[in-house]
Amino acid sequence: MQKITSPAELAALADAVNQRPRAPRRILISMGTCGIAAGATPVRDAIIDEIAAQRLERDVELVEVGCMGLCHAEPTLMVIDGDRTLIYGDVGVGQVPAILSAAPGEAAVGTRTLERNWYYPECEKPAEGELQARIVLRNTGRLDPEDTDAYIAAGGYQALAKAVTTMQPQEVIQLIVDSGLRGRGGGGFPTGKKWQFAAAQPGPEKFMICNADEGDPGAFMDRAVLEGDPNAVLEAMAIGGYATGASKGVIYIRAEYPLAVRRLQGAIDRAVEMGLLGRNIFGSGFSFEIELKYGAGAFVCGEETALIHSIEGMRGEPTFKPPFPAVQGLWKKPTVVNNVETYACIPAIVRNGADWFRSIGTAGSPGTKVFALAGKISHVGLAEVPMGMTLRQIIFGIGAGIKGGKEFKAVQTGGPSGGCITAANLDTAIDYDTLKALGSMMGSGGMIVMDEDDCMVNIAKFFLEFTLDESCGKCTPCRIGNKRMHELLDDITSGRATMETLDKLKLLSRTIKDTALCGLGQTSPNPVLSTLANFEDEYLAHIRDHRCPAGSCAKLIHYEISARCIGCGLCARNCPVDAISGERKERHVIDQSKCIKCGVCHQTCKFHAVDKN
Amino acid sequence: MQVNLKINGRPVSVEAGSTILEAAGKLDIRIPTLCHIKLDCLHIEHRTGSCRICVVEVKGRPNLAPACCTPVAEGMEVFTNSLRAINARRVILDLLLSNHPKDCLTCAKNLNCQLQELAQEMGLHHVLFTGERNDFPKDLSSRAIARDMNKCIMCRRCETACNQVQTVGVLSGVNRGFQATVAPENFKPLADTACVFCGQCVQACPVGALTEISYVYDVWRALDNPAKTVVVQTAPAVRVALGEEFGLPAGAISTGKMVAALRRLGFDKVFDTDFAADLTIMEETTEFINRVKKGENLPLLTSCCPGWVKFLEHQFPELTYMPSTAKSPQQMFGAIAKSYFAEKSGLRREDITVVSVMPCLSKKYEASREEFNRDGSPDVDIVISTRELAAMIRESGIVFSQLPDEEYDSPLGDSTGAAVIFGATGGVLEAALRTAADWLSGADLKEIDFTAVRGLEGIKEATVNVAGLELHAAICSGLGNARKLLEKIKRGEANYHIIEIMACPGGCLNGGGQPYHHGDDSILEKRMAALYEADRNLPIRKSHRNPAIVKLYEEYLGEPGSHRAHELLHTTYIKRGL
Repeated sequence: MQKITSPAELAALADAVNQRPRAPRRILISMGTCGIAAGATPVRDAIIDEIAAQRLERDVELVEVGCMGLCHAEPTLMVIDGDRTLIYGDVGVGQVPAILSAAPGEAAVGTRTLERNWYYPECEKPAEGELQARIVLRNTGRLDPEDTDAYIAAGGYQALAKAVTTMQPQEVIQLIVDSGLRGRGGGGFPTGKKWQFAAAQPGPEKFMICNADEGDPGAFMDRAVLEGDPNAVLEAMAIGGYATGASKGVIYIRAEYPLAVRRLQGAIDRAVEMGLLGRNIFGSGFSFEIELKYGAGAFVCGEETALIHSIEGMRGEPTFKPPFPAVQGLWKKPTVVNNVETYACIPAIVRNGADWFRSIGTAGSPGTKVFALAGKISHVGLAEVPMGMTLRQIIFGIGAGIKGGKEFKAVQTGGPSGGCITAANLDTAIDYDTLKALGSMMGSGGMIVMDEDDCMVNIAKFFLEFTLDESCGKCTPCRIGNKRMHELLDDITSGRATMETLDKLKLLSRTIKDTALCGLGQTSPNPVLSTLANFEDEYLAHIRDHRCPAGSCAKLIHYEISARCIGCGLCARNCPVDAISGERKERHVIDQSKCIKCGVCHQTCKFHAVDKN
Repeated sequence: MQVNLKINGRPVSVEAGSTILEAAGKLDIRIPTLCHIKLDCLHIEHRTGSCRICVVEVKGRPNLAPACCTPVAEGMEVFTNSLRAINARRVILDLLLSNHPKDCLTCAKNLNCQLQELAQEMGLHHVLFTGERNDFPKDLSSRAIARDMNKCIMCRRCETACNQVQTVGVLSGVNRGFQATVAPENFKPLADTACVFCGQCVQACPVGALTEISYVYDVWRALDNPAKTVVVQTAPAVRVALGEEFGLPAGAISTGKMVAALRRLGFDKVFDTDFAADLTIMEETTEFINRVKKGENLPLLTSCCPGWVKFLEHQFPELTYMPSTAKSPQQMFGAIAKSYFAEKSGLRREDITVVSVMPCLSKKYEASREEFNRDGSPDVDIVISTRELAAMIRESGIVFSQLPDEEYDSPLGDSTGAAVIFGATGGVLEAALRTAADWLSGADLKEIDFTAVRGLEGIKEATVNVAGLELHAAICSGLGNARKLLEKIKRGEANYHIIEIMACPGGCLNGGGQPYHHGDDSILEKRMAALYEADRNLPIRKSHRNPAIVKLYEEYLGEPGSHRAHELLHTTYIKRGL
């Protein structure tokens, strides 16, 4: 393959690709992990077969793309006929012939179509109802991630070409500083500043690391980018390398993301073949190479020092900072660690400038943020929104509200280290600082929605359980403190607690936050602290009244058969432990000593005679 | 550059890069620590900031700062005793105790435990938190080191000792979260690993998680057996440390009191490993001079230290031809006690029980090696550490400080100044040089202080002119240093004639069986000074001038390196690998 050795050759390739003849109809199919899991592969095969059967090879082009963000409706297809676009959700193999036969812009009969509710700030203005602004996800769900030509045709690698051939490293850093970009991995530290620190260190050996160790339960933003637009990350890392003086990049990716690993490795190989990575990039004299390192799925390895130790082959444990990685990181050399989403913003900033980026989002947190909507929300999926959008817009607008018409109770942002936010704050315009002020955090962007059926004590326990499993065990507060905290919560949800339990819980949460070694430990009590702050009455109900107001703590639930019972015996027949007895046509009774609180009687009774307390 | 800060309102100025802990030390403000340990004279520091007991409040900082690893900054205001800091510290200690057996009364580390000391110091009289405790099986597989990880507080000092200092690489952090602990890979029993039993992990452990396997009761049983003549040997480094266990100042030479105590405990003969050290010099120096004269098989590596020997066998099996074939002094003593001494006393081999008092835990293992057995009976029967001897003295009600000074029994208790310095790094080499210089020059040289080979530095080099011969010598202590030197030899970059290697940093005076120094490295310097003082105080300071040794060769062994000497005093090594 001819190597690209100058910006002009890159532009020529982009033009050539864009001028290739195209079929009038293009069908994009989401083939991210989510789509594949939902059955996209047989749908794709059906489309291929149908194209052959209907002899549509010249009329229809099928493109396998990454996740479109519509996880609630996978498999999803986007059918583009010129300027008319239709999105199909929940596509089944049987619907394929109808979809292929439908006229441009007209939905096939018997299918579910979805609205596109996003726009692309780099080239579009938002239309009515388009709450999402896709910068990070600009190519995800839009381009074939395995086709580097397509990435180039969409403006890819232009930012790298511009940086290395027309800008001084300091100018690149200044641009990032001016853009106000903050680390999307959770902390929100200004990215430009991080680069400045590393650039100020003496060389020659420095490293750029991409933290692709996404591990929060319910978070899949980074996976979507890695699977859907791997080149954006590579391009950004090379730009960072040029800016800071690093010539080596390492992507630390969890081995549980095999598709992302495959696509990244493919993208790296092609970029090297094309001269976009490697020696003397665009004839500038700048060289940069990238390798993948696999993580074994330890959440704590998302902490940058632990991540670095893991790459070095050591136990994945954080170490005290300072020294910061920018001064002494991988192999004791200056190292920049940025997260996938942060990197994905970089090429767009270099292409469009700092002012453009600052025009989106809030003054303190410019740009957009990708959220993974999960939990009791109707439209589970990815949403990239400008900073400063309200939770109400995200949950009730993009997410289409709560599943099953239930009542919204709270939303957990920031993953297991974050906190919950209640209905009272749904209209807060969210960015790094407002979320922190609410006692939560941005974190990496997980958003788990809770409804009226969720017990907040149990939710806190659930998140703590995760932290407990994922603690490295290095420092005392996290290793033993979280264990004790979990035991205290278990006492509460099991009805064993006293008011002293609550005092201990408060003391422990404060101390762990105040004394733990790394971010994982310091933030681990957040779910407890924020549920205590917002739902202390629920804690008190468990402790004083041995009652779970949401009715979800099994050990506190009590089933009783009321006077409404007509003695049909259905409950007794369904009870798995034979705890219900009674004469026919007479009120039945539950033997509480036998009851295992499975709730089958409550569910099966046709007369609502089994009360759940 | 100096940095100015205030601690508890008091100004202090310290070198930039210092920690809050160091700055507080300058003001004589004590901040409790547990995981942190620093031995300046050995250049060893373990500073992971993991226990969090040393947290202090720093104005303007959102959370508390670990004093042991937070660097000072200009204008910093630190409060070590604010209620917030005190509360946090108490909770941390409480948490540690909530996952601890708290069986202090019967713990081997009772009254020697830094966790216990902290609880006392911080006035913690009630443990607030309770819950599940770790339940790991104890590892009693080896003859030297007992591991009870249910007492472990995850300070990880042992790991630093094993991996960074000794580069043995057996102990490391395993498991996650509450189950996290320190163990050999796959929880292998210690006996099945490349552990060399140097005991530096035991010396580092602040609690009772790592202790020696005690043989005190075996000694009591042997002493009670009327059919046995029980002889005891005491290693050089024991005499300058034992006193610490009884409130004597560090560096006190308590040889006479120790001999008196051993006699009162009921040993039939109180002998000295120093006698065997002199014997080692005779054999080793003979071998050395032969190798130098032939110019082959150089450098000669010393072989006194069983930890070092096992390290070589595991880590550098291809170099097992290099050490002197001379047995260690402990084993030479055992062999001579059960042959020469037995014959002279009209006893049979099986009538004698040899007990060793060693500063070392590896000696327990060494005594059990196949090569040091004859017909299933070991040359050395029981090995106890300095600490175990102290325990026996306490148990027997002997008031150590009031004991008179007594002399060793003859002949295996007669020794020289050359032998006593075996207890410090460089001592074996100096002793060998004293003899080699005399032998090669054929004179009785007066200049016998080879000060270039002394000191606690981890690797020392010296070129010594002995009777017109330029001898390049190296001395290293600490197995990490040994590794560096051996790698250099393998690469062909080293040109030494002789190298002394001791497993423990500083030599036997800092052995794994010595009284716990708890991070006070001045103790080590005082022990070393005491050894050289003992050398100066002795009338004879060259091994080959020891009349008992001369007589041993005349009566029994013939010449150094003779057939009989080889049979009794030399050994072979095993290529173990990893």
